[in-house]
Amino acid sequence: MMAYLAPANPEIQRPVSTTLIVFSVLLALFLNGLPWEGIWLMLRPDFVAVVMLYWCTHKPLRIGIGLSWAVGILADVADASLFGQHALAYTLLAFGGVVLHNRLQMFDLRQQTTQVFGILTLTYAVYALVHWQVNGYVVWPYFLGCLTSTLLWVPLSLMFRAVRQMRVDRNHQ
Amino acid sequence: MDNTQSFRFFHRGPSPAVRLVFFAVLSLLLLFIDARYRYLESTRSALSVLVSPIQRLATMPGVLWQQTGDFLSTQRSLVEDNRSLHQQHERDAAQLSQLQALQQENQQLRNLLALPQRGALTVQPAEIVYAERDIFKRKVLIDKGANANVLIGQVVMDDIGIVGQITRVYPWLSEVTLVTEKDHAVPVQVLRNGLRTIVFGAGDTSQLSLRYMPISSDIQDGDMLVTSGIDGIYPPGIPVARVVKIERDPAYPFARVTCLPVAGVDRHRHLLILSGLPKLPERPAEEPAAVQNPKTKPKK
Repeated sequence: MMAYLAPANPEIQRPVSTTLIVFSVLLALFLNGLPWEGIWLMLRPDFVAVVMLYWCTHKPLRIGIGLSWAVGILADVADASLFGQHALAYTLLAFGGVVLHNRLQMFDLRQQTTQVFGILTLTYAVYALVHWQVNGYVVWPYFLGCLTSTLLWVPLSLMFRAVRQMRVDRNHQ
Repeated sequence: MDNTQSFRFFHRGPSPAVRLVFFAVLSLLLLFIDARYRYLESTRSALSVLVSPIQRLATMPGVLWQQTGDFLSTQRSLVEDNRSLHQQHERDAAQLSQLQALQQENQQLRNLLALPQRGALTVQPAEIVYAERDIFKRKVLIDKGANANVLIGQVVMDDIGIVGQITRVYPWLSEVTLVTEKDHAVPVQVLRNGLRTIVFGAGDTSQLSLRYMPISSDIQDGDMLVTSGIDGIYPPGIPVARVVKIERDPAYPFARVTCLPVAGVDRHRHLLILSGLPKLPERPAEEPAAVQNPKTKPKK
């Protein structure tokens, strides 16, 4: 098990198909759009944020701040939030991912988690800050989603690694 | 030579910091325009065409779950449901015939007194596609949009009372802000004595509150609040809420009145959209209108 958590440097250089990136973002939008209610809505991780952060840290030259912003606009439409609310949060998220991507490569998955928690907290805080500025109150349980999103980082990274490994194996046969 | 910092082998466009500033400023600009002026509704509905397939797909698990539940419901429960619905129908039919007589009488009286007639309301059934996606908001999305001629500001109710108001219309969906949304205002009357007031949503709980009710005002536990119809947005006489708690603290000039919505605001799937409200005469412009908060439209 521990071996899985080791740094995955060779993974960084591996190519990723555009289909996989687009499909993962669409799947994340779909998962965010499931009819979550009550306590589950509070605990819902922001799948889109975690997926965008993954691609920003692993393929910073292809998925950067601009694309994250565009995905944020789509998330704003899907969530019926203010135009630019998700977009602003995801812009900061992508900036964090792009700037820290070299550092994250040095760490194993467990150590990455603390860094990811910082970036996601910032993202959530920006979203809540905008809401507070416009509506004048903050719903504190909203920040629970920040924790669950961070918990999603390890399984999501392992899953993407497995998918990409599968492609590499197939190409080498 | 300290130009190693700026020397690059490959052209990669602006640096991350420049991009961050550009997109952050763009987002803030959009936020400002959307929050203050709401100019971007057409852009939003255009983009929603891209997103709505995903949204529709995301509702499928819930729909499947419900259909499986429907399929597996036993015959016994169906028979029981059928019986209770029959009884309900008979009771309603009796009341309906009485209502028709009263309507006739009311019409004649209004004719005699030369009062304007109350127009008949038309209702359009709609189904909730999904409920409060955003933890901050108390909103639901329903499956009728601009294609079914839904308009912003129309009132949404269930079989018992007011549920909310349509605040945004997409091509195939529309967004209903529930009466329990923070600061959502509905002009109401106390059914018992006709006292006029405004009921506000509490936001974080599924409750409503009456603000600015003087301590001495005649309001009791269990009072029914119905729409007064004064604003021209809500039709008169539809139940909204029931008073559940009154705190009269002499230290404050106003009583704290807590109400619960009558309608199943958080429960039902099927709703009715009301249309065909009679047009009220234009309000005379005697004073410059106060700065209007777009969130609290029906403030009388």
